[in-house]
Amino acid sequence: MSEPSTYSVLVEVRLRPGIADPQGATIERALPALGFEGVRSVRSGKAFRLEVDAPSADDAARRAGELAHRLLANPVIEESTVTVLA
Amino acid sequence: MAPRLGVVVFPGSNCEHDVVAALEQAGARADLVWHGDRSLAGFDGVVVPGGFAHGDYLRPGAIARFSPVMAAVGDLARAGAPVLGICNGFQVLTEAGLLPGALQKNRGLRFICDTVEVTVSSGRSALTRGLEPGTVLRLPINHFEGNYTCDDSTLARLVEEDRVVLRYVDNPNGSTGDIAGVCNEAGNVVGLMPHPERATEELLGSADGLPLLESFVAASASAAVTA
Repeated sequence: MSEPSTYSVLVEVRLRPGIADPQGATIERALPALGFEGVRSVRSGKAFRLEVDAPSADDAARRAGELAHRLLANPVIEESTVTVLA
Repeated sequence: MAPRLGVVVFPGSNCEHDVVAALEQAGARADLVWHGDRSLAGFDGVVVPGGFAHGDYLRPGAIARFSPVMAAVGDLARAGAPVLGICNGFQVLTEAGLLPGALQKNRGLRFICDTVEVTVSSGRSALTRGLEPGTVLRLPINHFEGNYTCDDSTLARLVEEDRVVLRYVDNPNGSTGDIAGVCNEAGNVVGLMPHPERATEELLGSADGLPLLESFVAASASAAVTA
């Protein structure tokens, strides 16, 4: 058995494809005015950094995925991805 | 006897006193219930009022759904008692899974404070049982996240089952299907973005909210009799 260690985890939450993103659309419309041409498909979201005590990186990712599904994202309109950073 | 209704207070709720006054005007006895209470024993129905429960942190309603009182709200809802969510309360009920869909940021990203027209679309909910479908009501709205969103199959089911309770005449926020309010399958759980409690006197600009609340109070009275 490996000792539990602390894993740094990144959870990204964004709107599901097909769900309108008024914030992303507004940012996209603002970009040409600032001289940023050729930028498309801006989608806004949220990012969370967590430190998770777990026996393995896989376990840390699984637990972060569960809490993302239960709290950080609203599965009706949002989806999330979990990345174990270290 | 007048039904007894609970009005849930979260940290950040701000419409609870208006709701109590309006429910009493509509013929109910109404008492505030703190979000940390675990029991709604003795209440014939419950209202989750507007405001910013738990500061709307993360998403409106995302934290509130885990407040201790919400388990009791769910039990009451499943027992068939009338449950009403107004504005932030609607957001809480969707996050809690007691109503379908979600409330997103308004189209155009503007906070809207206005009086708008809505049409009673279904008379089968606890809120609209006393009203004729097609009736147009003038009600205040006051929200940033009022843009009702659901997938196509949910929308089709809501329409098919006559669960769209209120629709905007002139959609102010981008809501799917012009939806201003929906109910659950049984019709006892209802959520709406407009504030009927702020439209109970002509002096306030409209008294069109009163028949909605009277209908809800009547539904609570009959639920109390059958319980």
